Amino acid sequence: MKAADLFDLARRNLRESLLRNALTTLGIAVGIASLVAMLSLGIGLQKMANRRLTRSGLFDTVLVSSRAEFRGFNRGLHPQATETRVLDENVRQEIAKLPKVVEVFPDIRFPTELGYGDKPNLAVIAGLPLSAAQNEALEGMHGRFFSGPQAAEAILLADFAKELNPEPAALIGQEITMNYPERQVLANSATPAGFSVVQRQRALRVVGIIEHEPYSGFRGMAHAGVFIPMPLAESLNVLQPGDLRGLAAAPDSSRRTFNSLVVRVASPNDVEAVETFVKQQGFGVFSLLDATRNLRRFFAVIDLFLGIFGSLALAVASLGIMNTLVMAILERRREIGIMKALGASDGDVKRLFFAEAAAMGILGGMFGVWLGWLLGRIINFGTRIYLQHQQLPSEDVWLVPWWLVAGAIAFAVAVTLVSGLYPAARAARLDPVQALRYE
Amino acid sequence: MNSAHDELAICATQVCRHYVMGQAKVRAVDGVDLKIGRGEFVALLGSSGSGKSTLLNLIAGLDRPTAGNIVVHGRDLARLTSAELAGYRREIVGMVFQAFNLIGSMTLLENVELPMRFAEVERPAREQRVREALQRVGLASRWQHRPAELSGGEQQRAALARALVNRPSVLLADEPTGNLDSHNGEEILRLIGEINGSLGMTVLMVTHERALAERFAQRILVMADGKLCGPEAPPAPVPPQPFPAEAGGGLG
Repeated sequence: MKAADLFDLARRNLRESLLRNALTTLGIAVGIASLVAMLSLGIGLQKMANRRLTRSGLFDTVLVSSRAEFRGFNRGLHPQATETRVLDENVRQEIAKLPKVVEVFPDIRFPTELGYGDKPNLAVIAGLPLSAAQNEALEGMHGRFFSGPQAAEAILLADFAKELNPEPAALIGQEITMNYPERQVLANSATPAGFSVVQRQRALRVVGIIEHEPYSGFRGMAHAGVFIPMPLAESLNVLQPGDLRGLAAAPDSSRRTFNSLVVRVASPNDVEAVETFVKQQGFGVFSLLDATRNLRRFFAVIDLFLGIFGSLALAVASLGIMNTLVMAILERRREIGIMKALGASDGDVKRLFFAEAAAMGILGGMFGVWLGWLLGRIINFGTRIYLQHQQLPSEDVWLVPWWLVAGAIAFAVAVTLVSGLYPAARAARLDPVQALRYE
Repeated sequence: MNSAHDELAICATQVCRHYVMGQAKVRAVDGVDLKIGRGEFVALLGSSGSGKSTLLNLIAGLDRPTAGNIVVHGRDLARLTSAELAGYRREIVGMVFQAFNLIGSMTLLENVELPMRFAEVERPAREQRVREALQRVGLASRWQHRPAELSGGEQQRAALARALVNRPSVLLADEPTGNLDSHNGEEILRLIGEINGSLGMTVLMVTHERALAERFAQRILVMADGKLCGPEAPPAPVPPQPFPAEAGGGLG
């Protein structure tokens, strides 16, 4: 029998017991919908977590520190201080040249006496890389980002801003002054090496207020309340705690050293390679690589279980298909006999049953994907309302990628074809003489 | 195949068909020898349970004999695979049943078209052939009706059109008049006789109505207890009956 006739007959037969076949198809649809909903939820949650984590900057960042810092605590155990390399501009350039490294910047932060109005305020100022504007670290900021790398502008943390003014928004556009210690290299001094510390003052204009500390405070231990452009912070030559140690360790005091460097890589997958390289160079490294690995494993397991729960519904649906087709054999016993008497081969009968199963699978699959999509919209809608109620920023927890749509329909067809195997074989085996016996 | 076989439409040799029912062995067909020439109209008489329908099913390729062989138009049915046997049913034989066996959900057009779907006849040719077949049995105007809307006689005529549409060489009829009143029964047999005469189609008809068989068949065989009781003398030739004008259209 030709394919066109096969589909024509299958369509006729499906229409003939419309209610039963529609209910069976609906069963498949519900199965597929639950599978799609479960998997989409898993994918959505994973995407959301990834997005959050990327935004926080926790997983694409390697913190590099001079090993001397750690050795300092264990001097008795590891007395090889002479081999220690110092974190300086050369090292920074070296790391910046590595593949997949997006940027390298020092962790500059310093305590300051901040002048606003009449009363002085103690605050920690930190340099903020200009790339923060692109990678969503400043989500939910009021005002604007720095106008340039050397702009004398500041972004305040909302909690700190409230200390200055109960109405933080009123601070935008206001001027504040910072007092800081500048490290000045001694001019023309032959021996001994050293530097002098000079008090400086600088005015800053407040341009923005942010709710949360960018990068969740991972990139530095002391929480800062005020952020200024990183290039500006570097050019100020503020005295850093490490400078004193640098003076003790290195004879050439004019060389600037860093407490630690923050290395940002293109994606969390690149962290390991950079980490290995930096370790070989004799520096201390810290990243949350292991944490990401565990997180991924966690989501893989979640996806697996959500998939299994979704598949259970589909397994029930496939039993429904089998039942419907077996019932159809009993009901169409005579019809099968007639078709065989008229010259239908066993293969024709088998293919006809397969075509009917496949049609129910395709229809059920498509309807199921639509149903699952609808379910997801409802979940998203509900989540959004809940998050708004909790006064949290709304977020979509549910995501249907296109491959899931195609995969779900293909899976539905595969499941129905497997369910159709037994009924189709049974129909094909039917003895026409028995089927046509006059009752 | 020798030339004697080529002359014959159906040649059965020592055909047996035994069933096992519970403990008992039923010899439904028990060593039948049968030779039917091309273009013959043969009636197979017998009481119910005599094995005549079983023999017909064996010749139709719906069942396989326990022993012996059947050759129809040069095809040894025992040597055919199940798929080849399906091809044989499509191309060589057409069947008519006591219960008509039309498919209730299909119109007459679709019922008559069905064998051509299996035979993979091109779509454009089908409608013409359905019309011709329905015209031959006098149902040309009823093509869009469903079987339930037809009388018993009309249903059997539709079934006959379906049996003819693939232009088989042999028509096998299993009690075609069994569910019909005498008027309709006669009409069907007249149609079968006309087809036998005008198309030269070999006809083997199972029936238990001796009177009708004697009127229309050229030769009568009687079966009892699975055995053929020997050919009876052919009855006096029947003058061809005048045929309804509508059924006059020839089959191509």
